Amino acid sequence: MAKITFITKDDNTIVCEADSGSVMELAVQNGVKGIDGDCGGVCSCATCHVHVAPDSVERVGEAGEIEKDMLELDDEANERSRLCCQLEVSDELDGIVLHVAH
Amino acid sequence: MKPSDHPDPFKQARIEQGVSEIDDQNDPVNMVLRLKDVRKCAHNWKTYSSEATPGRIVVPSEVNIRDTRQIPFEVDPPKHGAFRQLLDPWFKRPLQDDYRDKLRTQISALIHEVIQQQSIEAIHGFSLLLQSRALTLLMNTPESEADTFISWGTHVFRSEDDPLDAGKAQQLYDYIDQKIDEAEANPSEDLFSTLLAAEVEGQKLTREQIKGIIILTFAGGRDTVINMVTNTLAYLADHPESLKRLREEPEIRTRAIEELIRYFSPLTHMGRVATEDAQVCEHAIKANSRISLCWASANRDETVFENPNEVVLDRKINPHVAFGFATHNCLGATHARTIMQVLIDELCQQVDHIDFVSADENIEQWGKFERKVGYHKLNLAFHPV
Repeated sequence: MAKITFITKDDNTIVCEADSGSVMELAVQNGVKGIDGDCGGVCSCATCHVHVAPDSVERVGEAGEIEKDMLELDDEANERSRLCCQLEVSDELDGIVLHVAH
Repeated sequence: MKPSDHPDPFKQARIEQGVSEIDDQNDPVNMVLRLKDVRKCAHNWKTYSSEATPGRIVVPSEVNIRDTRQIPFEVDPPKHGAFRQLLDPWFKRPLQDDYRDKLRTQISALIHEVIQQQSIEAIHGFSLLLQSRALTLLMNTPESEADTFISWGTHVFRSEDDPLDAGKAQQLYDYIDQKIDEAEANPSEDLFSTLLAAEVEGQKLTREQIKGIIILTFAGGRDTVINMVTNTLAYLADHPESLKRLREEPEIRTRAIEELIRYFSPLTHMGRVATEDAQVCEHAIKANSRISLCWASANRDETVFENPNEVVLDRKINPHVAFGFATHNCLGATHARTIMQVLIDELCQQVDHIDFVSADENIEQWGKFERKVGYHKLNLAFHPV
């Protein structure tokens, strides 16, 4: 079981738990504001943009090339940006903190 | 080649030039063909504006058949954002359970009906009915209004032999005027009344603005949704193994829907007007000239998609731009996706297989490019589970 913390733009903290699925799905199921996941998780809509907290970056890892291309055109993008539909929930992610970008 | 295939006419030009000029009523258009360039231009609304003369960003241009600015489609930021803020919640209603249930009732009944018949012409006997009835949900008007929408045919601005039919457009404008009058006299919970009561940046909408929003609602989701539904039926008729797989593996349906939308790209392209001299792929774009963002070509870009000309039902990473990209992404995308979800669910539940009887393809001509966008006629036979 992984515990994942989302912090929204209006500073709400939502802690969720899951053991499978994508981080985007987890956020949508828990009504995390700013994570829409319109395309269902195929890296097409860029509505699941998060900034990974600095001390979680190592565990989350880097974006793939296609994901980077998407993020490049997002005005809120920084070096810790990820589209969380591309993050699979696993024990590895237990305890990470994600700041919703929009 | 199978009868449901949609070949990619842009491949050579996309690889070799990246941009291709076509004429359109003496207002030429540089079609942008590569995914990354399409995304960059879509993102750069300051250089590639949507806020030109009403109708000019559409290809073929509609400047000669309408003066009303479609909103928020033909408005750029910051005003665009204020309109989206008002409209996004309304156009996200398809995510609500009761909306989805009503849509399921409509589509389930329609499939039940066509199963009883020996064969049907799918555009007029299925897709047009489905789109028109679903539109009453999106607008929150009585379902009986669908009969009027059905009587208009498959496109609200074009008739069979005329790509820009001013008479047909007038029919829509008269209908909208009448409905705004009715909503003024007797407010209800429909889109007309909601817009009459709404404010953007502290101001009531003008009648012209309301018309602009409603025209967009009718025009943007008409032939696009009809083609999406028709092409899906043709594909499933031609690929019974895919219908079987979708039935047995419901978990892949979300990916399959995005993949079908990528593959069909119901809207071939959308234009922009350059506000300054610019460059795409080392190709000069002059100020006040038009480009188009060719979603259909971008969605087959071989540098991004593996096997771009195949429908890979469970394609995992699918950064398609069939609903556009960035600021002006499709307002009706949630409605369209929900239609596809319910359609696939109900077909899986009720239909064992579909026979592909015969088809007359609808081929668009864009300069030297010939693109299959759907069908003029598609005869199918549905067989129940």
